[in-house]
Amino acid sequence: MLGKDLLGLEYMSRETIEKILDTAGPMREIMHRSIKKVPALRGRTVVTLFYEASTRTRVSFELAAKYLSCDTIGIASAASSVAKGESLKDTARTLAAMQPDIIVLRHPLAGAAALLAREVGAHVVNAGDGAHEHPTQALLDLFTVREKKGRIEGLKVAIVGDIAHSRVARSGIWGFSRLGARVFLAGPATLMPEAVEKTGAVVASLEEALQDADVVMMLRLQTERQKSGLLPSLNEYAVLFGLNRDRLGLARPDALVMHPGPMNRGVEITPEVADGPRSVIVEQVENGVAVRMAVLYLIAGGGSRHETLD
Amino acid sequence: METKWREKARLMDGEAIRRALERIAHEVVERNAGVEDVVLVGVRRRGVPLAERLAGRIRAIEGRGVPVGVLDITLYRDDLTMLDHQPQVHQTDIPFLVTGKKVVLVDDVIFTGRTVRAALDAVMDLGRPASVQLAVMLDRGHRELPVRPDYVGKSVPTSRREVVEVRLTETDGEDGVVILEKI
Repeated sequence: MLGKDLLGLEYMSRETIEKILDTAGPMREIMHRSIKKVPALRGRTVVTLFYEASTRTRVSFELAAKYLSCDTIGIASAASSVAKGESLKDTARTLAAMQPDIIVLRHPLAGAAALLAREVGAHVVNAGDGAHEHPTQALLDLFTVREKKGRIEGLKVAIVGDIAHSRVARSGIWGFSRLGARVFLAGPATLMPEAVEKTGAVVASLEEALQDADVVMMLRLQTERQKSGLLPSLNEYAVLFGLNRDRLGLARPDALVMHPGPMNRGVEITPEVADGPRSVIVEQVENGVAVRMAVLYLIAGGGSRHETLD
Repeated sequence: METKWREKARLMDGEAIRRALERIAHEVVERNAGVEDVVLVGVRRRGVPLAERLAGRIRAIEGRGVPVGVLDITLYRDDLTMLDHQPQVHQTDIPFLVTGKKVVLVDDVIFTGRTVRAALDAVMDLGRPASVQLAVMLDRGHRELPVRPDYVGKSVPTSRREVVEVRLTETDGEDGVVILEKI
């Protein structure tokens, strides 16, 4: 099923995705106990190695690990200290020498998690690699939608915003498509990657994407990545692509509004919609912990680690 | 190649299971001097329908029901690191507080006792019960841990290599306890 590492959803089978989602449900029950701990991963060590700023993803992974009785260590590194792959390798080798069981990596370069996975015997979980993938975010989105809608198959999912810089969008496209949803992408032409249709997603106008959508996923406008004048202004973006109540009216009456966070309120989404009755943004955060518990358990709960060590 | 199994002996039929549950229901009521604070917790998978049936019998005897919860012990197993593929985790659903309660764990078979150990840890993580008792339909011996059941449908000496199955209508389409052997 799940192999040594979780690097992305592009090549993950539907069966494996569903196994993770099925496991996340019971994991969430543990979060609501007064003693939030089960012994499944007792004695395992998780290192969270984050080369980019993150609060929720990192806290989410660390809580997930702790709820499963792992010991956790967080290593944060300023993005400036690791522009080169070489230093990641060195860090990886140093870390690996300390025998962690799982390394959770966030890195600004696409492919960083795959590189790390080749270098170390520990299980590697990709917590975001550049604009490539962020698989656990897509898994928690799938879990949230499946729970609310009862299915993924046949749903219309609109992903709106800065598709080009978004690993959330990329993993989401793979995940939702693999489970049988129709994915529509909308956003400024300058922020739409070339040949994105090859993934099977449909590039559409905002109105086409929202029309009768079952799920509206708004992406964070990654202001820190907008260096080269791809957008005239935040204000214009808000006017042209922000999700407000009128635009949400195009979607189905029971459509879910999602956002991976952190939100730029008033830019990609109005506060009224973000806090409105169709928003599941807070549930996404809770489900994120449950899904990460499922991933950690499925990846490291068995006895195969030593077989995969070099 | 898939191993094929043949039914070697039938230890209990549906009637025998029904009578055993009836007796266990009386024993639970007797030992606890009624059903005040008694709760049943079925261990997935076949402990769950057994707990529900037992609750039905207790209601018939005492005229009042007892709460029934569902316990999944997968994350408490002591053999997780020895398995190639992790077993599917299922929902634990105990819609009442166990603290101060007389918890009767219900399972289909007691064998090595390792499942019971896991179930005890799982229950203790949910609170501090006044007591924990154990009801099983079949005790097949070969304990590896110092645990014993309080209520037993039938005790049968078995070979370690034999496979013993408790089958229930709810999970298997029929009631019965059988010993299987390889063919």
